[in-house]
Amino acid sequence: MNDDCQFDAVGHLRHFLTIDGLSRNLLVRIMDTAQSFASVTEQQVKKVPLLRGKTIVNLFFESSTRTRTTFELAAKRLSADVLNINIATSATSKGESLLDTIRNLEAMHVDMFVVRHAQSGAAHFIAHHVSPHISVINAGDGRHAHPTQAMLDLFTIRHVKGGFEQLTVAIVGDILHSRVARSEILALNTLGVAEVRVVGPRTLIPACAESLGVKVFHDLDKGLAGVDVIIMLRLQKERMSGAFLPSEHEYFARFGLTQERLARANPNALVMHPGPINRGVEIDSLVADGPNSVILQQVSHGIAVRMAVMSMAMRTGAKSPVGERA
Amino acid sequence: MTGRRIMISGGRVIDPANGIDGVMPVYVAKGKIAGVGVKPEGFQPDQEISAAGHIVCPGFVDLCARLREPGSEQEATIASETLAAAAGGITTLCCPPDTFPVIDTPAVIQLLMDRAESVGKSRILPIGALTRGLAGTELSEMSALKDAGAIAVSNASLALANPLVHRRALEYAASYDLLVMIRPEDPWLRNGGCAHEGEMATKLGLPGIPTSAETVAVAQSLALIEAVGGRAHFCQLSSERAVEMIAEARSRGVPVTADVAAHHTDLTEGALDGFNANAHVNPPLRTEVDRAGLRRGVANGALQAICSDHQPHDLDAKLDAFPATEPGVSALEALLPLTLRLVSQGVVDLSTAIERLTAGPARVLGIASGTLSLGVPADICIFDPDLDWQVDTPLWLSRGHNTPYWGDVMRGRVTHTLLGGRVIFRL
Repeated sequence: MNDDCQFDAVGHLRHFLTIDGLSRNLLVRIMDTAQSFASVTEQQVKKVPLLRGKTIVNLFFESSTRTRTTFELAAKRLSADVLNINIATSATSKGESLLDTIRNLEAMHVDMFVVRHAQSGAAHFIAHHVSPHISVINAGDGRHAHPTQAMLDLFTIRHVKGGFEQLTVAIVGDILHSRVARSEILALNTLGVAEVRVVGPRTLIPACAESLGVKVFHDLDKGLAGVDVIIMLRLQKERMSGAFLPSEHEYFARFGLTQERLARANPNALVMHPGPINRGVEIDSLVADGPNSVILQQVSHGIAVRMAVMSMAMRTGAKSPVGERA
Repeated sequence: MTGRRIMISGGRVIDPANGIDGVMPVYVAKGKIAGVGVKPEGFQPDQEISAAGHIVCPGFVDLCARLREPGSEQEATIASETLAAAAGGITTLCCPPDTFPVIDTPAVIQLLMDRAESVGKSRILPIGALTRGLAGTELSEMSALKDAGAIAVSNASLALANPLVHRRALEYAASYDLLVMIRPEDPWLRNGGCAHEGEMATKLGLPGIPTSAETVAVAQSLALIEAVGGRAHFCQLSSERAVEMIAEARSRGVPVTADVAAHHTDLTEGALDGFNANAHVNPPLRTEVDRAGLRRGVANGALQAICSDHQPHDLDAKLDAFPATEPGVSALEALLPLTLRLVSQGVVDLSTAIERLTAGPARVLGIASGTLSLGVPADICIFDPDLDWQVDTPLWLSRGHNTPYWGDVMRGRVTHTLLGGRVIFRL
């Protein structure tokens, strides 16, 4: 994929749009940098001056609470000035084009855009058209990518499991519409896990899913057998009206994660979820709140990982070695 | 100066309809072909065109080119696009009815014909709307459209409300022996997609258009055509299976023909990588298997024509997130070099390639064009098959710069185009 636009002329990370094309070294360095920031967030004074004087724009064309909040906190802990723009109530609803919105914000001399958009490729498009000094971080584009979510999930896995080799990971649910799943699959395979599985009914598994580097299962019991990590995806209500599924009830019966089903996985298997969770639809409360669940750890790791990515893209983090491309 | 007598000498003349392939002169007088190889008695040329090392063939007949006039003149005009057509060797153009206003009244047809005549660079054959306003529910006044000059009727890329409207439209068009042009796509299966449902769409997270969106529509149309009769033509196929289905129906005597857009014989879904909006076309670029099937169809005659499917856009149309960009490529000037690519890659011989751009589409339309037969209007294309040129200004004449080939070097370039015996383009 021609995602060399993620790197500047000397091969440093400039935009963070997708895991595709990133090297294992770079992913490890993001996690190492996040580790150093994790301690910052536990201090009494939770700020470091790395991005002092920089202006970061959270540009959300699609609503979000968790992702926007953790990006905002991450930016503030790096001492940047943060501007939150919710486009649903702003200019493009008045007919302004995406490019005009970007050009207008650029004219205000900002340094970074954190972009969430309902359409796949939006972050790439913006990255291709911003001035050379501006970085773009993809906070989720359509069904395509959500690379910071993938990195915080990997950070959480490494935090608990210590590494990635030997791990079998199952991603369960609506793979078709999931940008999180696509980014996680790329990241897990780049870091060399033993196997990535996707589990769901055929209506929610994308065409040629195997080409992503996964094994496909349509039976949750089989898909969970012997896995070390289970990532449950959120089921959107609109899947019922789109004839993807008959009912939440039937979905939970076949693909909901219960304690019984969890027992098929390895003991100490991690249970993860990018949130927000639908209790009783894709996951039972006993599992979501149980000892295997790291769902809330994922949220707190989100801040450290986003601090790492933002500081690296602004090149104020750890010294960048060469070889960030895959 | 239609009276000018022109001798085209030294070129390799390829006229597939008449089985001609050899170095010989072509004589033009009174706007018509006066001789091929044989000098008419007493012929004294006013002008001689040297075509040494070049190919001399009939002007191309393009079954689908949008000129954006009337209604979208900010994107392109009849003047700008027929000049580009001339530079691409195309002398006859079929224009789909999805203009603003829609080509569903004789007045719009008259407007198009008048504009084309005043510009004088192409023969424009308007395709009338199959349904009123292309809304897919009520029949258009097809008989009046035919009388005004519509070459065929079509609902362009818009869906019909239901199979009953489809059936009635086919029946009614058949009453007047009007060709129905069908862009086969089931709107429910398309479901708002913007890329072939396959590996690339899965990787990029783009909403997919399954192959079945095309094959289901082809199957439905074929079943109706077999039931009610009439001539029909399938436009811009994108899948191997659809080519096979239509070939099978033809083998049973069903009166159907089909074409493919040149870029579909060259590119696959891989061209979308990196969210390349210039490769956003409808129908979508599909797999290697589909491309091979389309090429096979061109070679074995299951596909009678290669068209440009020209859709010029202004710059803004491609400046957005991929799914929000307008589909379509500016393609008139790429038609010849992409067709020649099939020759250099061993898919077809040169004569067959030229047939798919000339006599093939002319037969689909039932017009006496696409040949160098004695007495037909002298629509002639002369091209240098070995000339490399870059897709860029100033050579590229279409107002639309939306092509995945922008900046690429292409091989094969038109040097002269004659329309009714007049030289309308010269490199």
